[in-house]
Amino acid sequence: MRALSKLTLLLAKLYMRDPIAVFFTLLFAPLLVVLLGLVFGNDPDPIFGGRGYLETNLPAYAAIVIGIVGLLIVPINTVSRRKTGALRRFRVTPLRPLTYIAADALVYFVMGVLGIVLLFLVGTVGFGIQPQGSIGEVFLAASVGAFAFLAVGYVLAGIAPTVQVAQVIGNVPLFPMLIFSGATAPLEVMPERVQSVARLFPLTQVVTLMRGIWLGEVWSSHLTETVILVGLCLVGVAVASWLFRWE
Amino acid sequence: MQFEKGVVPKMITANELRKSYGDTVAVDGASFEVFEGEIFGMVGPNGAGKTTIIECLEGLRLPDSGRIRVLGLDPSKDRYELCERIGVQLQSAALPERIKVGEALELFASFYRRSVDWRLLLERMGMGEKSGAFVSELSGGQRQRVFIALALVNDPDLVFMDELTTGLDPQSRRSMWDMVRDVRERGKTVVLTTHFMEEAERLCDRVAVVDQGRVVALDTVGNLISSLGAENRVVFSVDGRPDLAGITAVPGVVRAEQIGDRVIISVRGSGIIGRVTTALEEDGVGFRDLRVEKPTLEDVFLSLTGKEIRE
Ligand SMILES: Nc1ncnc2c1ncn2[C@@H]1O[C@H](COP(=O)(O)OP(=O)(O)OP(=O)(O)O)[C@@H](O)[C@H]1O
Ligand SMILES: [Mg+2]
Repeated sequence: MRALSKLTLLLAKLYMRDPIAVFFTLLFAPLLVVLLGLVFGNDPDPIFGGRGYLETNLPAYAAIVIGIVGLLIVPINTVSRRKTGALRRFRVTPLRPLTYIAADALVYFVMGVLGIVLLFLVGTVGFGIQPQGSIGEVFLAASVGAFAFLAVGYVLAGIAPTVQVAQVIGNVPLFPMLIFSGATAPLEVMPERVQSVARLFPLTQVVTLMRGIWLGEVWSSHLTETVILVGLCLVGVAVASWLFRWE
Repeated sequence: MQFEKGVVPKMITANELRKSYGDTVAVDGASFEVFEGEIFGMVGPNGAGKTTIIECLEGLRLPDSGRIRVLGLDPSKDRYELCERIGVQLQSAALPERIKVGEALELFASFYRRSVDWRLLLERMGMGEKSGAFVSELSGGQRQRVFIALALVNDPDLVFMDELTTGLDPQSRRSMWDMVRDVRERGKTVVLTTHFMEEAERLCDRVAVVDQGRVVALDTVGNLISSLGAENRVVFSVDGRPDLAGITAVPGVVRAEQIGDRVIISVRGSGIIGRVTTALEEDGVGFRDLRVEKPTLEDVFLSLTGKEIRE
């Protein structure tokens, strides 16, 4: 227990010392909210069923944070610690692999949630936007998405032989998903063809689920997304633990 | 010496250890024992298999065959228990990015059931003031001290050090030696590998010469050198070309030769140096800067492996 708490706190500290990770986890999405909020405003629009742009899309920005942490930061940090030999040094101590992963994943999770809290705050304080559903359920939805993407991140980390490869195999799925999942621009403005492909993206599930719960829809109307994300998480954990290497 | 008499407990037994990486045979039947309280060294050329052997002992690698007991434990089965009681300095080690010295020590201390006060430990290594420094900003010698401190933070019975001083300047190297002696003074057993013959000579109670995955010799430095039966050399400078025939006739002199203004007389046996100098004076050979060169571990190494040690 002492190892777990010490390691978690220390990894969190190290995270906060990484300016790039801090920017993309905590600042990037809130900045986007400000920027796009100023550009598109929140006037009611028939495209969003009479709701405003920000009102509909604020929860979708959470998917940006989740996608970046899971697909970029987890694999890059993990591969870098493996390649430098930092993980190997842990292996000649009584530290259990599970303790390391738990501490590491917990830090990414908490940082991601923090980023999401910040972006909601910007929306609420800056633009007066309130969730119609329960905020607890909104965070539950975000957690489901976050765990699924963390698991995928560890799978990528297990596959990538070098940090460079980790960057590539993280960015290649991330970018199209950021653009076409509705995380930055709403899916509704995309051509029908694009929309039908984009609906299959894992990040789209996060966007759809977040939006729905934010707008007060019931979970049973988002069973598909929930099942896909929980499934992704379970498969991801299984594959990642099979692939995990200390060196 | 006392270690061979079986009265001192064994810390390590390795029997017929073998390990290959694909087609490369890294360890090819290595056997040896390490006793409590000694500084045990492994020397050998690059790729001899030292790191592989030491990492099998630490439980980092699984040997293909052979029997290992470290502190009575099987490293492949009881690795967590073993890790509690050993300290490890790896040949190439790293810490997570952006970590500070004190943070690393505090973290590692939390991994063990038993740990020492890491602040005192840093103090003892002369690193007390560096506790708030980033590990990435330390000099090579300072970094190495951090890794030694990490290896000692659980107050281990047995410490492994793989190429402790490679890449350090002579001064830091010497202070590392003091540190290793200090570790032993505290009752710990040390297993180290090195490329420096001088390091092995000065530091180790016993040395295993490793070549091509095998232990080709294992003894105290003194015994290794005398087992070589090598000659001492009397070396001095002369003017002109004196006649060396008289010297060659002195009992115990194997050979005498002149290279430029230097004369090298190879001798064997005891009490010979006095006879040589007397003979030189009798023959009226004016010698300057006379010194005696003893064979070193380097010579043992060369004759056993046919290789110069490389850095
Ligand atoms: N992970 C590995 N994969 C493949 N081959 C390896 C691996 N590690 C070591 N080897 C090979 O095994 C042999 C022994 O290597 P090892 O590192 O044990 O030697 P060493 O005596 O420690 O050398 P050095 O003095 O250079 O550190 C070498 O031929 C090396 O190339
Ligand atoms: Mg080595």
